[in-house]
Amino acid sequence: MASKKSVVPFGPQHPVLPEPIHLDLVLDDERVVEAVPSIGFVHRGLESLVKKKDFKEMQYVVERTCGICSFMHGMTYCETVEHIMDVEVPVRGRYLRTIWCEMSRLHSHMLWLGLLADGFGFESLFYQCWRMREQILDMFEQSTGGRVIFSVNAPGGVLKDMPSDMLHAFVEKLNGFEQELHHIADIFLNDYTVLTRLKGVGILTPQEAHDLGACGPMLRASGIARDTRKLGYAAYGDLDFDIITSDDCDSYARCEVRIKEMYQSIALIRQAVDKIPEGDIAVPVKGNPNGEYFMRVEQPRGEAIYYAKGTGTKFLDRIRIRTPTFANIPALLKTLKGCQFSDVPLLILTIDPCISCTER
Amino acid sequence: MADTGCELIPVTTGEFLMKVMEMKAADYRLMQAHAVSIENGYELSYTFGKDYEWISLRLVIDENEEIPSITHIYDAAFLYENEMAELFGVKIKMISVDYHDKLYRMDDTTPMKTL
Repeated sequence: MASKKSVVPFGPQHPVLPEPIHLDLVLDDERVVEAVPSIGFVHRGLESLVKKKDFKEMQYVVERTCGICSFMHGMTYCETVEHIMDVEVPVRGRYLRTIWCEMSRLHSHMLWLGLLADGFGFESLFYQCWRMREQILDMFEQSTGGRVIFSVNAPGGVLKDMPSDMLHAFVEKLNGFEQELHHIADIFLNDYTVLTRLKGVGILTPQEAHDLGACGPMLRASGIARDTRKLGYAAYGDLDFDIITSDDCDSYARCEVRIKEMYQSIALIRQAVDKIPEGDIAVPVKGNPNGEYFMRVEQPRGEAIYYAKGTGTKFLDRIRIRTPTFANIPALLKTLKGCQFSDVPLLILTIDPCISCTER
Repeated sequence: MADTGCELIPVTTGEFLMKVMEMKAADYRLMQAHAVSIENGYELSYTFGKDYEWISLRLVIDENEEIPSITHIYDAAFLYENEMAELFGVKIKMISVDYHDKLYRMDDTTPMKTL
């Protein structure tokens, strides 16, 4: 007897969704046959503010694209403008940007691990992850004065320096953070209950990941070694690191890649603190942007692409922000096809969705 | 490895689909697509990547010119194309998943179409 298909609306309000996204799930019994996404519940039109804010003020708009990787949005915007204006940021400024970038990745991945734990009902693990994340936010507050929005980027460099004793104190704190991470990682990677929820769930083959334009940990967990940091923006060109991948292509692989990237972020901060030179942190920027440039960086959720175009006035003509979540939605839809209905919340979480970014 | 920047390749509407198919055949992934309002029209950029190399096809069209969707070549283009249609008013035919101006819940019609 043929089974009857039904459509179940999922979201925009759901316990696993801190931000609104809606999916129409076509079900055959408990199996998802198709998922059709709806976004746009909180679209803010930040890109259109380019007509009202000059290119220096836009930095403060752009970093409000996201509350998690706000620093990286601000930095990417500044690097885009700096390329158009042919501005060379001092080496110390580039290292400081790199350190804040990796701190952003640490707290973003830790936030995600907490949400994942919450998603499969491991509340105490969720609290432990977010408690650890607070340590990184404290470092942000100490170094920038902000915990979410820092406003330390500007075209030409950064606005605040981190003295040497602060940097070494951060490395000490990260040593302790790393020890705690061992305990948390052990649960995520080895606990029987966790494994039953993640192993073999939401398979995305390397070919599918490539064809659907997936990026970030979603792509690398499907075995494709591509990390935009390898292009050497900020100070990444001076640092030594390998691209972390997994060949398992499932939800467990996405979790594993993010956990390993946290260890890598700590190692990169150590390297950067060892190598950071003394000197200026910014150069003055004169004139207005005239030209266009495409820029890409590796945010915690994946590759972000910025495009800016200016015609010599203080207002840019256009800013385009392609966020990683936007790129990963087609891959999410692929992983949902054929999954069990009970796995849908977890699969949505495994792309580490940031609707705030998507609704820029 | 230094980022050499995104290469811009101008294409006409007539050769657009063929170029996109060439990209697909050469195993490029779709990275993004966006529109810019220019006087009496649009400047569209479709960005493709292979490993770390990236290329943008640059298509300049008149305001009322209709262009074909690339979703039958690149499935993942549907969000980009819906966005261009909804925010800028770019006329795109045969998008595989067409939201018909309901991708974003907005009161305004084509709010980023300026000039």
